[in-house]
Amino acid sequence: MFDLTGKTALVTGASGGIGGEIARALHAAGATVGLSGTRTEPLEALAADLGERAHVLPCNLSDPEAVAALPKQAVDAMGSVDILVNNAGITRDNLFMRMSDDEWQSVIDVNLTATFKLCKGVLRGMMKARWGRIVNISSVVGATGNPGQGNYAAAKAGMVGMSKSLAYEVASRGITVNTVAPGFIETAMTDKLTDDQKSAILTQIPTGRMGTPSEIAAAVLYLSSPEAAYVTGTTLHVNGGMAML
Amino acid sequence: MSDVADRVKKIVVEHLGVEEDKVVENASFIDDLGADSLDTVELVMAFEEEFGIEIPDDAAETIQTFGDAVKFINEAQ
Repeated sequence: MFDLTGKTALVTGASGGIGGEIARALHAAGATVGLSGTRTEPLEALAADLGERAHVLPCNLSDPEAVAALPKQAVDAMGSVDILVNNAGITRDNLFMRMSDDEWQSVIDVNLTATFKLCKGVLRGMMKARWGRIVNISSVVGATGNPGQGNYAAAKAGMVGMSKSLAYEVASRGITVNTVAPGFIETAMTDKLTDDQKSAILTQIPTGRMGTPSEIAAAVLYLSSPEAAYVTGTTLHVNGGMAML
Repeated sequence: MSDVADRVKKIVVEHLGVEEDKVVENASFIDDLGADSLDTVELVMAFEEEFGIEIPDDAAETIQTFGDAVKFINEAQ
């Protein structure tokens, strides 16, 4: 099940914990992967680890020109982009009343606008191929909100509405567009939390633990597979039950 | 009929699955040939590739009929 042999996948934020695991899972299913991220070193290390069928495609998603160029670079490297996983994201947390325009805009730019542009950039090839999978990585806070994350929650909720709209438009062309909404996952992003914050969070999670990047990757693998052809416009929540949506 | 018109007609017939004799000068892609809005985007993509031209979005919106397409492409080349 879930054989991606012959498919090509572009994964943004592949230098991070979740993105790296997503790339590994798609690669293990047979896909050729394009590893994108801001930091080249971890991408090179991951590519070396994966061996064949792995391409390093550095890209700073806060640079509009680099975003515009990425789909073409991916096609040059892999021949096509059959699967796009928009996983890259940043946080610039602050209380709403203290949030600067720059904190707001930079999070919207990277988490939402770059996602829009990358989706648009790969659609032409998917339309012609009459096959495509777009998986956008949102967040539980896009659905629930979170104090201190007005910008991040707005971007992640925006991603859901955008994905549904696009899903409508391209469903007849064999292209699905879905969202995966992770809860609290063990990554560098959640490592920054204090122990007190972590234990407070754990009381809200019925499974009693944080999730792992590989549990997000498994959801992405499913939505990227031929078997998920009838699933589009949905949000798959992977959050240990902390928000049952 | 010009070479451009022949090539445009071939693309329209193949993409929309319509009879060749339906593709006349004033035939509207959406109203007469059964295209949906996404089909018109795909037709423009196909014209761009066939003729090696760029059709900007605002120009693409003016291409409503077979005749519009032929005229635009002739002028663009």
